[in-house]
Amino acid sequence: MDLLEYQGKQLFARHGLAVSPGKAVTTVEDAVTAAAEVGYPVVVKAQVLIGGRGKAGGVKLAADEAQAREHASNILGMDIHGHTVRKLWIEHASDIASEYYASVLLDRQAKQPLVMFSTEGGVDIEEVAEKTPEKLVRHHVDALEGLSREEAVKIATDGQADADVVAGVADALVALYEVWMQEDATLAEINPLIVTPERQVKALDAKVSLDGNALYRHPDNQGLSDAENEDPIERRAKEQGVQYVALDGDIGILGNGAGLVMSTLDVVAQAGGSPANFLDAGGGSDAAKIKQAVELILSNVRVKAVLFNIFGGITRCDEVAKGLIAAFEDLKPSVPFVVRLDGTNDVAGRQLLGEAALPNVHPAATMNEAAEKVVALAKGQG
Amino acid sequence: MSVLVDKDTRLAVAGITGKEGSFHTLNNRRYGTNVVGGVTPGKGGQDVEGIPVFDRWADAARETQPNTAMIFVPPRFAADAILEAAAAGVALVIAITEGIPAHDELRVYNTLKRDHPDTRLIGPNCPGILSPGKANVGIIPASFFREGNVGVVSRSGTLTYQIGNEIARAGFGNSSIVGIGGDPVPGSSFVDVIELFQADQETELIVLAGEIGGSAEEEAAQYIAERVTKPVVAYIAGFTAPAGKQMGHAGAIVSGSSGTAAAKAQALEERGVRVGRTPTEVAELAVQILRG
Repeated sequence: MDLLEYQGKQLFARHGLAVSPGKAVTTVEDAVTAAAEVGYPVVVKAQVLIGGRGKAGGVKLAADEAQAREHASNILGMDIHGHTVRKLWIEHASDIASEYYASVLLDRQAKQPLVMFSTEGGVDIEEVAEKTPEKLVRHHVDALEGLSREEAVKIATDGQADADVVAGVADALVALYEVWMQEDATLAEINPLIVTPERQVKALDAKVSLDGNALYRHPDNQGLSDAENEDPIERRAKEQGVQYVALDGDIGILGNGAGLVMSTLDVVAQAGGSPANFLDAGGGSDAAKIKQAVELILSNVRVKAVLFNIFGGITRCDEVAKGLIAAFEDLKPSVPFVVRLDGTNDVAGRQLLGEAALPNVHPAATMNEAAEKVVALAKGQG
Repeated sequence: MSVLVDKDTRLAVAGITGKEGSFHTLNNRRYGTNVVGGVTPGKGGQDVEGIPVFDRWADAARETQPNTAMIFVPPRFAADAILEAAAAGVALVIAITEGIPAHDELRVYNTLKRDHPDTRLIGPNCPGILSPGKANVGIIPASFFREGNVGVVSRSGTLTYQIGNEIARAGFGNSSIVGIGGDPVPGSSFVDVIELFQADQETELIVLAGEIGGSAEEEAAQYIAERVTKPVVAYIAGFTAPAGKQMGHAGAIVSGSSGTAAAKAQALEERGVRVGRTPTEVAELAVQILRG
C-alpha cells in the first residue's frame, strides 16, 4: 500500500524525523487558508501516487495569496500521468543548502534491510546508481539487530555528508529505519533529504509503502489507503477479498491462483487479445464468491468477452460452475463467456454447465484453445 | 527417489484442528503420508481422527519424532509457529499460510539462518510438496500427477498444476513438485531446490516456473549455468503485467525495468535454459527432451 507524500510525512513526524509544517486540502479555498496558517512562502504540492510531479507542473512555489490561489486552482484536477489530482499538500517553503537522498527497503535478494544514502539528492536516484555508483552508499542491516547509531554515522560519513551534519543525517537515518521497522513498511524513502542554511536536516518529500498484510497490527494506519484515487472496481474487489487489477483491454479474465491468472493474461495477449483485468478468485472459492467476481468483471463497461480459466486444486470446478450459473440468472450478461474447467470435480462442473445450457457460453478444453476462442469472440468473429 | 518428502516423512501439523488444517492433513494422510501429530495451543490431549494433538512443538517432537512440519495457522501466528517447530528440531518446515507480514518473514528467515541453520523452510504462501506415489504435504491435488522423473519447482500453485498436468497427459510423471511460494522472502529459493533435484537420481529434467518480481529467476539462471548438468525448462508468468501493480502474489510486483518477465526469460535463455512461452509449450519442450 503506497502512501501519499503527506501521509508519509505524518508517519515521519511520529518517529521524530523533521518535516515542514503543512496541511492537506482538497479545495482552493482551503488551500489559501492553509497557506496563511503555515506562512508564506508556501509550496503547493499535488498529492498523487506517481513520480515526476514537479516536471508535470504539480509542484509550485507561492509567495502570496494570489499565487497560492492560482497554483491551487491549476493543480487541483490536473492529470499527472493518468492520476487526477484531488488533494494538495500546502507546506511552508524551505531554504535549501544541500539535497541528499536516504532510503530503507527490503532487499529481497540479500533477504536483509538495505539502507541507502547519497549526497546526490533531488534527482532520479536510479540514475545516480547507474552513472555514479560511488556516490550511493548501500548498507545491509542485520534484520534481527536493527540499525545502530554507530552504523548510521558510518553511512553518513562514507556517503560524504558535510561534516557538520553527519550527526543530523545519522539521526534521520535511525528515525527512517524506525519508520520502516515499526510501521511495517516495505519502503521508506526521502528524496530530497535537505540540509537548510541553518544546518537542519529535514525530509522534503516522503515515499512510503506499507505492507497490507501487517495492517492488522497498525490500527492508526488503516485509514491511509488512497481510497478516492483507487480504481472503484479494485476497491470493491478488495472489500470482497478478491484480487483484482484493472487493465486497459476488453477481455475480462477470471482464474484461480495468481500465477495461473498472470499466465492467462500472457496467453490471451499472445493470441492477439487485450485483457481488461487481472482477477484471482483465490483458492477454494465457492459459488457466491464466483458470482461476485463475475459482477466485478462485468461492471467494467469495456469488457466484450470473458474468459474463465480454472485449474481446481482446493477450488472445486462444480462450485465455479454453480457460481457462473447463478451469475447468469441474476445478471443476464450480454457478452460471450469462454470457460475452461480442469481439476477437482471438473467432470461435475462441465456437466452442470452443459445441463444449464447458458446462452453464449463456450466451453474450451485447453488454456490455449480458450484464449484463442475468447479473442475471436471479443473481436466479433466468434 | 524424490526430494524433501517421501516414505520416510513423519509429518506434524501446526493448526491441525482448524477447518483447512484438518481437511488437508487428512487428505495428505489418505494419500499415504505418515502423519504423526499436530500442534494447537490449548488443545493438547485431543486428537484429529486418531492423530494426537499437542499444545507445543516441543511436546509433539518428544512424543512423535516428526521430521517435517506443515504450518496451517493464520498469518499472525505463523512466524512463531515456524520458529517453534524449528526450535523443536524439525528439519523441514513447509508453510502453507498466505498473508504473513513481510517483516515477519524477514525475521523468520534470518532467525533460522542464525539459530537453526539445519532447518529448511519451504514457503510461506506455497502449495507444499508432492512426491507422487510417496508423500503429499500440502494442498497440491495429487490425483493429477503421476510418478516419474520430472522435478518441478514453482512460485505459483495453480500454474504448477497446469504445467504438471500437461506433462502427465503426455505420459510423463514427476519425481517431486515443490512450491516455494510467491512471497517476498521465501524460506527456500529456486537455487536451493534445483540443487536438490540436481543431486536426485530419479530426476532427469527440471522444470522451473517463475513469475515477475524479485531476482530469484536470474539467480537460478546463474546457478544453472555453473552447477546444473540436467536439462532445465522454464516458464515465466507475467509478460503482460503493468509496471508498479501488484498481481496477487505479494512478490509479483514489477518496479522499473528489473524483475520483468522479459528480463527473466532473457537471463535464463542466455544461460542455455529453454523457456516456453505458454505452459503448454513448456510441457512440449520437456516432453521433447525426455523423448530424446
